[in-house]
Parts: sequence; structure tokens; C-alpha cells
Amino acid sequence: MRIAKSTIQFIAVLLITLLPISGFAGGSHSEDKEFNATDLINSHIGDSHEFHIADWNGHPITFYLPVILWTENGLKVFSSKKFDHDNEGKEVVEMDGEKFVRYKEVIYYADKYAEITDEADKSGLNFAARPLNFSITKLVFSMLMSVIILLLLFTAVARSYNKNKMAPKGLAGFLEPLVLFVRDDIAIPNIGHKNYAKYMPYLLTIFFFIWINNLIGLIPFFPFSSNLTGNIYFTFVLAFITFLITTFSANKNYWGHIFAPPVPKALYPIMWPVEIIGMFTKPFALMIRLFANITAGHIIILSLISLIYIFKTAWISPVSGAFVLFMSVLEMLVAALQAYVFTLLSALFIGQAVEEHDHH
Amino acid sequence: MNLTSPESLIFWTTIIFVVFFFLMKKFAWKPILGAVKSREESINNALAAAETAKLEMQNLTASNERLLAEARAERDAMMKEAREIKEKMINDAKSEAQAQGEKMIAQAKSAIESEKNAAMAELKNQVSTLSIEIAEKVLKSELANTEAQTKLVVQLLGDAKLN
Repeated sequence: MRIAKSTIQFIAVLLITLLPISGFAGGSHSEDKEFNATDLINSHIGDSHEFHIADWNGHPITFYLPVILWTENGLKVFSSKKFDHDNEGKEVVEMDGEKFVRYKEVIYYADKYAEITDEADKSGLNFAARPLNFSITKLVFSMLMSVIILLLLFTAVARSYNKNKMAPKGLAGFLEPLVLFVRDDIAIPNIGHKNYAKYMPYLLTIFFFIWINNLIGLIPFFPFSSNLTGNIYFTFVLAFITFLITTFSANKNYWGHIFAPPVPKALYPIMWPVEIIGMFTKPFALMIRLFANITAGHIIILSLISLIYIFKTAWISPVSGAFVLFMSVLEMLVAALQAYVFTLLSALFIGQAVEEHDHH
Repeated sequence: MNLTSPESLIFWTTIIFVVFFFLMKKFAWKPILGAVKSREESINNALAAAETAKLEMQNLTASNERLLAEARAERDAMMKEAREIKEKMINDAKSEAQAQGEKMIAQAKSAIESEKNAAMAELKNQVSTLSIEIAEKVLKSELANTEAQTKLVVQLLGDAKLN
């Protein structure tokens, strides 16, 4: 039994470490082009308008997602298939008399794109040259999927309590300790017994939302593999919501701490900016921490895989496979840890805002 | 990073997260936290009830022991009393019997005395009667001969002189 188990483990490790060889041996359409690790990594950690599944005989197999544009002439909806995998601004898509091109996953008006001469103006922030883009991108798709998974999981758990009044079992037995962990180790110690209940739904929601999206990002195949929690816009929204909750639930002690800190009155002009900046740095740190941790994990794994292509030999693949395995296991820990840290710090900030007694 | 237009992800994240939050709050967290809380309360209640039952049990045992001790004390007291009564009765009976005996002895004694006296009196009477009869007979036989009579008279006279 033990021998069989260790043999299976050995074969599994061997398969994982040698898997990159088969991928390399299978050949790829990028052989004709110079391999560029930066572009590869950037495209994997970024967002896109379609979900690339695999390549087969040089043809990409892709799950096309809808493009939703708010143009000067109203809403335009079409499939990303129309761009025909073009990301160089060459394929012009005409839709109800409007022409669009796509350059590095940013959709521009074709005529205004043609006028851009400076490469620096080709960015998502150039609102003059492009319509507002509300597309269901790969990350939005992934987020919807995570939301559906969580809703199914937790409504199933919630329903199980109607039938089972005894100790939790099955799915509830697995998830309830996590819920209790958020309550007993995050919410109550940081917010306090009196106020914690009001913030529990938010803390639970962000904990599981971030965690599952971290995990989805680690699964390297369709429909997973998206780098949602490593996207700064996503972490910005979550951190901003924490900021709003902190600010709107703050009591007079919190504001007193900011506008009447316990220092001589002459120092107030110095203290006010410091304290007000402090209000923003806390959620800012939340945003950067999650974004940087998850993105860094993805970049490391992708870099290790890129090593095979950089060295142009399959013999490096056991090494890079072993490192990828190690990093993936580490990232599993980071996935849970970052969800925990985000939730913990949110709870801490909320706790500081609703704290009753004045402490200095 | 080829981030697409920021508004796309910000817009959808906000919408999806807010909707997701309210759905989870209503259909997941509320029932789950409620169920967990009510179960915790029921466990706490059960534990408290067990504790109360234990205390009651202890009280009950204590009161049982108290009752037992009381009963034992009462029994001892009763037995002691009974013993005392018994002893008293025996003593009473003894003294009464003694008194009765003494009385009876006294009665017997007095009866014996009176009987003795009566017998003595009777005896005296008998003796006197017998003496008289004897004397009569003697006298009769004595006085049947004149000489003896004279002798007696002389003797009697002689006695009388001596007096």
C-alpha cells in the first residue's frame, strides 16, 4: 500500500516535471517568431477580450467574449471574434458605421487610432481616441464564474442547515470552520463583540471572493488561469469599498483622532495632512499588497516556464517544472494568506473606525 | 501589463461585487451565521442545563444525605428513648415489686404476729383451762381425803404466815 502510494506520487511528480517537454515537443506557432518572455508574461497576467484556450496546428482555439462599447453614437455590442486575434491595430471592425481597431487589448476608433503618432498615446488611458469599454473581458468572465461557484457553494451550505440541525457535515462541515475562522479570528478580535456582526457579511464575502479568485488564477487551463486578483483595477475596487465602509462607519473618536489629535494645537496644520493621507494610505496598501503578491506569483511561474523557451532546450524543463511545482504549492498558501491578510486588515481598519474608547 | 481600459473592470467589479455581496448576505451569510449562532446558543443552553442538573443533583445528594443523617439521628434518639423507657420501666417494676414484696412481707409478718398472739392467747387459755381442770382434778383427788385437806390448809396457813 505504502509502496503503491509512493510510486504514484513519484510518477505524478515526474509527469508534472516532464510536462513542459511534451508541450515543447508538440511544437508551437511561435517558432517562426523570436520568443519574447516579456510579451508572453504581460499577456498572461493582463486582461483580454477573448479567452485563449490552446493552439492546435498553429490555429488558436479561443473562447470569444462579447465586446461592449459605449461610443459617441451609443452602445455597440459584438463578438471579439471580429478582431480575428489581431492586437496590432491592423484589423478594422466595422459596426453600425463605426470603425474600431484593437491594439494591445485596447479598442480605439479606427480613424483616431490612425492619427496617433506617439507610441505613449497608445494606452488605455487615452480616452479621447477610444470609446468607453464595458466588455465582458476574460477577467470579468472569470469573476462571474467565481461568483457563481461561491453562490452555489454557500447557498447549498445555507440550505443544509434547514435539514441538519446537528453538527455540520459534508460541505457545511468543510466551509463552516472557515466562516467561523473569519468570525472568531478576524472579525471579533479586530472589531469587537459589540459591532462585529454588522460587518461579518462584508468580511466573509471579500475573504471567499479573493480566495477563490486567487485559486482560480493558479489553475493553468480554461476556464481558469485568469489573473483577476493580480489586477490593480480589481484590487482598487475592493480596497475602495473597504475605504468607504471604514469612512462611513467611523465614529467621533475616529474623526477626533484625525482632526484633533492629542498634540499641541500649533502642530495641527502639520498633523491634519498626515492624518488625512493616513486615511488613504491604508486602503492603498491593501490594493497594492494583493495586486503585487498575486501578480508576482504569476510572473515567477510564467518566467520559470519561459526559461525552457529562452534556453531553447527541453532539458531545462525538469528543473523549471520542479520549480513551477514548488511555486504552485507556495502560491496555494499565498492564495489563502492574501485573502486572509486583506480581510484581516479590512477588519482592522473598520475596527479602528468604530472603536469606542479613545486610545493613544 | 496589457491592461484593457480601466473602466471595464472597475465597472464590472463594482456591479458584480455589490450584487454578489447582497446575494451572499441574503442567501448565504444570514442563514449560515444564524444557524451557527442558534446552534451555539443551543449548545450553550444544553451545557448550562447540564451544569444546572449537576448542581441540582449535588443538592439532591446533599439533601438526601442530610435526610439520612436526620433519620439516623432520629432513630438513635428513638432507640435511646426506648432504652431509657425500658430501663425506667424495669426499674419501676423492680422497685414496685420490691415495695410490694416488702409490704407483703410486712403483712405476712403482722399476720404471723397476730396469729402467733392469737395462738399464744389460745394456748394460754388452753393452758389455763387445762391447769384449772388439772387443778380441779388434783383438788378433787386431793380433797377426797380429809387428812390431805387438813395438811393443805395447814401448809397454806403456814405460807400465809410467811407472807
